[in-house]
Amino acid sequence: MGMTMTQKILAKHAGLEKVEAGQLIQVNLDLVLGNDITSPVAIKEFLKTGVKDVFDRSKIAIVPDHFTPNKDIQSAEQCKYVREFAYKHNIENYFEIGEMGIEHCLLPEKGLVVPGDVVIGADSHTCTYGALGAFSTGIGSTDMAAGMATGKGWFKVPGAIKFVLTGKPAKYVSGKDVILHIIGKIGVDGALYKSMEFAGDGLKHLSMDDRFSMANMAIEAGGKNGIFPVDEKTIEYVNNHSNKPYTVYTADDDAVYDEIYNINLSELRPTVAFPHLPDNTRTIDDVGDVKIDQVVIGSCTNGRLEDLRIAAELLKGKKVTKGVRVIVFPGTQKIYLDAMKEGLLEIFIEAGAIVSTPTCGPCLGGHMGILAKGERAIATTNRNFVGRMGHPESEVYLASPAVAAASAIAGKIKNPEEI
Amino acid sequence: MEATGKAFKYGNNVDTDVIIPARYLNTSDPKELGKHCMEDIDTTFVERVQEGDMIIANKNFGCGSSREHAPLAIKASGVSCVIAKSFARIFYRNAINIGLPILECDEAVDGIEANDKIKVDFQRGIIFNETKNETYQAQPFPEFIQEIISSGGLVSYIQKQMK
Ligand code: SF4
Repeated sequence: MGMTMTQKILAKHAGLEKVEAGQLIQVNLDLVLGNDITSPVAIKEFLKTGVKDVFDRSKIAIVPDHFTPNKDIQSAEQCKYVREFAYKHNIENYFEIGEMGIEHCLLPEKGLVVPGDVVIGADSHTCTYGALGAFSTGIGSTDMAAGMATGKGWFKVPGAIKFVLTGKPAKYVSGKDVILHIIGKIGVDGALYKSMEFAGDGLKHLSMDDRFSMANMAIEAGGKNGIFPVDEKTIEYVNNHSNKPYTVYTADDDAVYDEIYNINLSELRPTVAFPHLPDNTRTIDDVGDVKIDQVVIGSCTNGRLEDLRIAAELLKGKKVTKGVRVIVFPGTQKIYLDAMKEGLLEIFIEAGAIVSTPTCGPCLGGHMGILAKGERAIATTNRNFVGRMGHPESEVYLASPAVAAASAIAGKIKNPEEI
Repeated sequence: MEATGKAFKYGNNVDTDVIIPARYLNTSDPKELGKHCMEDIDTTFVERVQEGDMIIANKNFGCGSSREHAPLAIKASGVSCVIAKSFARIFYRNAINIGLPILECDEAVDGIEANDKIKVDFQRGIIFNETKNETYQAQPFPEFIQEIISSGGLVSYIQKQMK
């Protein structure tokens, strides 16, 4: 019986020849991540262990991104606590204002994650790095503390669901649409405990940015991680961003999958998740007439350069509907700068959108774009739970940057093909 | 490591909100939390539970929020072990991290009835039903997980290792 890609990475990091689904193992970690919300708790737990120093100051990343630039006194105090810890322990990968970004956009860009790595993060969207052929998953603050102290983490080896992608997606069908389609199909607990393993020759049509946004939302199907095979696109990305040595793992031919789904990308349509769950999906042809008050383009799901490019392509020379607030928040300083150099920011501003500094901001209803009672937003983020972006009676619709930009122009949810 | 006690039995999807309602989350003191354990699913639980007793539940025990207060409340109430067909992923991690033993075993869940007297041998994964004279086999925990649990959780385990 063979192993899946995830199982092979875990076996290697546990020093074992072989692992099986359900087995409990202890693995060596390549990177431990935390943010401004989860790190303070983890640091307190870390201090309780009595361990004097972190296991490896180059293998810890702390990124205050959720409520930064600090939105209030409490978040300022939290960041201060985290900053002092980072300085005291010489944490190499501590990034704050000026060099920060949304953690899951920033880490790959800084070359901190490479194929074959095992990464844990005290943030549920740590699964994003599966796009690079790494095993990465979200854990709690106690796990982060233990990871910082010992460099080890324990896992239950996950079983797997395989998604075989074929065909070429249409122009306005992006990775976001593919993952929304999958979540709509298997449900928000469809991949509970399991790894979502992507495969098939349709992958060659998905850019790295597409893959990041797909792996990012594995957790929205309950998955432990989502993972992509390493191909030329991955290698190119890694060579451009990192000097770290990497290892390419491939699934065995006789690996065991609990389920296999075949998805023809050429048949997919732009897809929107209606409130209040990411699996409540409809294709753009079935959305009906949904007026919107706000458009949010950004986040760790869709705040990368390609996302901004496609939004700008649609907004170029157009105006957003009067009364609709359009907020663009690039994922990192570098993405921000690149978008500026390419003239994308100018397009957004001329169209009537605003461009924010990188922050999680509106994505989690933190700051910079909170919704009032009864308001509706279309967002390129990953969660549309009750109250996620503000008032419990507000609504969030999840979509791709193309659909979000088209909707900004139309003032209601709109098919980008019709712009 | 062994435990003995009587069984409390529940169904599918016992969520973290019924294990410890959000209205009690203004404290993380285990003793306080233990006083309200299972309150919204079984109002008499806290009065009846005795040191060593076990919770037996069906599928997806501990689903819902990631609050570590849920396993803390169960542990503080005196419960020695939770046996279920499956656990929600985060609850599973949290339980081990705070030192609450949990076991997955379909046969045990099907075989055990409320108030049966149960004995668990964690080292071997053996669940013995004294009332019915039946034995069920669960996957035993590997040594490092047993050590985490017997140390009282992940943080104490690391403390010990560092000594
Ligand atoms: S952008 Fe949103 S989903 Fe991503 S890390 Fe920030 S809050 Fe979480």
